[in-house]
Amino acid sequence: MNQLNKNFEKVLIIKSTTENLSRVREFTRQAAEECKFSEDTIEKIVLAVDEACTNIIKHAYNYSPDGIINLSIKVNNDKFIVTIIDNGLHFNPELVPEPNIQEYYKQKKIGGLGMYLMKKLMDEVKYSTLSDNRNQVVLVKYFER
Amino acid sequence: MADFNVNLRCFESVSIIDVKGYLDAHTAPELENVFNKLLNEKKFRVVVNFNELNYISSAGLGVFMAYIETMRQNNGDIKFSNLKDNVYNIFDLLGFPLLYEFYKDEKEAINKFIEQEKS
Repeated sequence: MNQLNKNFEKVLIIKSTTENLSRVREFTRQAAEECKFSEDTIEKIVLAVDEACTNIIKHAYNYSPDGIINLSIKVNNDKFIVTIIDNGLHFNPELVPEPNIQEYYKQKKIGGLGMYLMKKLMDEVKYSTLSDNRNQVVLVKYFER
Repeated sequence: MADFNVNLRCFESVSIIDVKGYLDAHTAPELENVFNKLLNEKKFRVVVNFNELNYISSAGLGVFMAYIETMRQNNGDIKFSNLKDNVYNIFDLLGFPLLYEFYKDEKEAINKFIEQEKS
């Protein structure tokens, strides 16, 4: 049973450049370490958040460096919740087919891998459009019991 | 700053790429440059040594997927060696070990190419 009782919320706001991915990872790792997740789980969370931000930089902002990515990590007693919001193009995850690696290999098709990884690495992945038209993705990891 | 380094060596007809640090969407283009250089030089036998690679995201995995088919069509391959467990786990999660060759040690991967050449 995890003895962690502290609830906290941390926020990181970055511009949409791939250069900032290392900051995203550091920020996420630090928060996950505070929650005493195992190293294995910390790495999974860090990668999932990297993938989510990479997708936003690529697809929502189409590599334009002036977009804003708002990352917040909220921890309550049983969950580690990462919420990532952007003002870029809408992104419909339903349109991203689950990749079949064999097919990928044949077609030299790349993409959708990040989404696939996020789903494998986290307990919950939810996309939505906020009332002010911004995009939101929420990644959740439950505490290990 | 993401810390990533890529170095190219060769042993007989085999090119060896050493990757070091963090391979993500920011640093993947550096690795692409190396693969482009190998294609230009018609070097299709490649071993990637992951000994000093700490981290890989799908952007890094995508680089290998983009080039491996061309290497294979030219009687070459990309073989993977010396992966740390955490990095191997990501390849494994995506089913790469079914399609690509992984070796504990770089020498085994190089030998595989040399054996193929002789046969």
